[in-house]
Amino acid sequence: MSTVTDTPTTTGPTTKPRGTEGSHLGEPQARPWIYAVLGVGLLLVVTPFIWMLLGSFKSEGELRANPPTWWPQAPTLDNFRELFTRLDFPQFFTNSIVVALAVTLGNLVFCSMLGYAFAKIDFWGRTWLFRLVLATLMIPGMVTLVPLFVLVSNLGMVNTYFGLILPFLAGPFGVFLMRQFMQGIPDELIDAARVDGAGELRIFWRVVMPLCKPALATLAILTFLGSWNNFLWPLVVASTEDMYTLPVALALYSVGQNATQYGLLLAGSVVVVVPVLVVFLALQRHFVQGLATTGLKT
Amino acid sequence: MSTTLTSGSGVRNPGAADQAAPRLRRSSPMHRRRSIAAWGMAAPFVLFFLVFTAWPVVSSLFMSVTDIKSRDLQNPFAVNLVGFENFSTVLTDPLFQKAALNTLYFVVVGVPLTILLALAIAIALNTGITKLSGFFRVGYYMPVVTSIVAVAVVWRFLLQPENGLINEVLGWFGIEGPDWLGSTTWAMPSLIAMSVWRSLGTLIVIFLAGLQSVPKALHEASALDGANAWQRLRSITLPTIRPTMLFAGVITGIGFLQFFEEPFVMTQGGPLNSTLSVAYLIYNTFGFGNYGVAAAMSYVLFAAVVLLTVVQFKVLGERDDATGRRRWFRKTGAAA
Repeated sequence: MSTVTDTPTTTGPTTKPRGTEGSHLGEPQARPWIYAVLGVGLLLVVTPFIWMLLGSFKSEGELRANPPTWWPQAPTLDNFRELFTRLDFPQFFTNSIVVALAVTLGNLVFCSMLGYAFAKIDFWGRTWLFRLVLATLMIPGMVTLVPLFVLVSNLGMVNTYFGLILPFLAGPFGVFLMRQFMQGIPDELIDAARVDGAGELRIFWRVVMPLCKPALATLAILTFLGSWNNFLWPLVVASTEDMYTLPVALALYSVGQNATQYGLLLAGSVVVVVPVLVVFLALQRHFVQGLATTGLKT
Repeated sequence: MSTTLTSGSGVRNPGAADQAAPRLRRSSPMHRRRSIAAWGMAAPFVLFFLVFTAWPVVSSLFMSVTDIKSRDLQNPFAVNLVGFENFSTVLTDPLFQKAALNTLYFVVVGVPLTILLALAIAIALNTGITKLSGFFRVGYYMPVVTSIVAVAVVWRFLLQPENGLINEVLGWFGIEGPDWLGSTTWAMPSLIAMSVWRSLGTLIVIFLAGLQSVPKALHEASALDGANAWQRLRSITLPTIRPTMLFAGVITGIGFLQFFEEPFVMTQGGPLNSTLSVAYLIYNTFGFGNYGVAAAMSYVLFAAVVLLTVVQFKVLGERDDATGRRRWFRKTGAAA
């Protein structure tokens, strides 16, 4: 560093060592304007959330005021009260939870079983099965929409939990994530168990799964969120209100006869968004790592 | 998604899968026993996968050459083969052409915009910001995890002409904002703005990961040689992260081509079909009970997804130095 060549410390103890700032070498230093630009960008990104949250506590009249108010003048819980009494939001909430939990559980079990087979067993048909599963990642949801609906209605599962859950129990993404992670588990561990006479299922359950907790956590979070936010399929398959999930209810209210009830819609958005944001903020490490480890070098 | 493309490069030891279990002779009883065990473990997934994914994909292709309608659900024998009639109906339908153009507009403007903004933010976050880095990352990622329906509802209010927040802020600067969602000119840019806002976070995380592979020494050396920041970005950073750019372009392109929730909640495809997307039209066609036509449309959309992906691989894929031909995977990453 250039500080070494500086004149010996005759300048007094308060001077900072030079060379740490604006140096061509070493770590590039963040300039204040970069912080400023990033800060403004961040403000733009979070403003809709803040506005949604504040708006949900405003009265219908205040939401129509021109110019708009920022802070609620007379905070009220009326919007939420109406959401949970006049509309059936507790039911939608329950539906969303039940569907998301079932889908998550299914993916955790099925995807890790297949992921283990892909990662650690040299079996007949492995390559083409893997290619087949991967290939479907690129297929738009709209392609399967019509035949899936025909199939589900032939099975008599339209407007049931089965209809909402079954098509999502086996997601290709989960298989890939688990396979990627399990490839990092040392083969010696598994071979040792094999030598000891353990069957594949036993090795999977007793040896591999306990080591996969981080990957399982990531998969659980991503699957739960995907299901919670899923819209197209529940929109098609839930035909009566008692089977609506939250996004379906919110979307249909927002274009139906409640389209002009701003407070209600904002409160509905809060109910859909806030639980997810809380979970995300609490577990954000898993998200970012999960995203990074599935596709990219870390 | 991520995984399909760069998969191999993420694996600690590419090709490990093949060496994983000690290779056994194909005919050995051990190998057979293990194959049976593996298929047993694969069975639950494969069952659901075949019934709810593979079969619908095949069945959709079959439906696209029939005149199946919603009423045929009761008597499947009334369905007739019509060849490529549905496809010619779709491709000559002015409404479909309109939807295709809208979707093209959305993708051509939205995807590069998202990539450029995300790249700029990722590079800014990578310039030695240590204090608030995590804070920024989490903040920018927030829209990604939230329901697009809820987000679209909120944006609809932000974009209100009379007392929406956006026009209010524009008013401070003496600009009178338009009726964003009610104007055939501004409705689509509004949807694009919202989608960019929503997709930034994913790409920022991906670019940040990609930027870690840019060699620091190279930057330092070229800085010593007098290259400025812009030159270093163009000659060092961008070429190094090209695989990441490709990956970002492909997943964003696939997502944007299928946009549906935004117009559904914010504009219902209007005004005057100016925000009608192909996916939305498929949904409507399905709703009207024209299953055969909807299936044909969905395969046209699928073809567009494949085409866009191939084009991006051609443009951004790595060139093999020896043969001058584009390679689809990095050599080290050809495992998948």
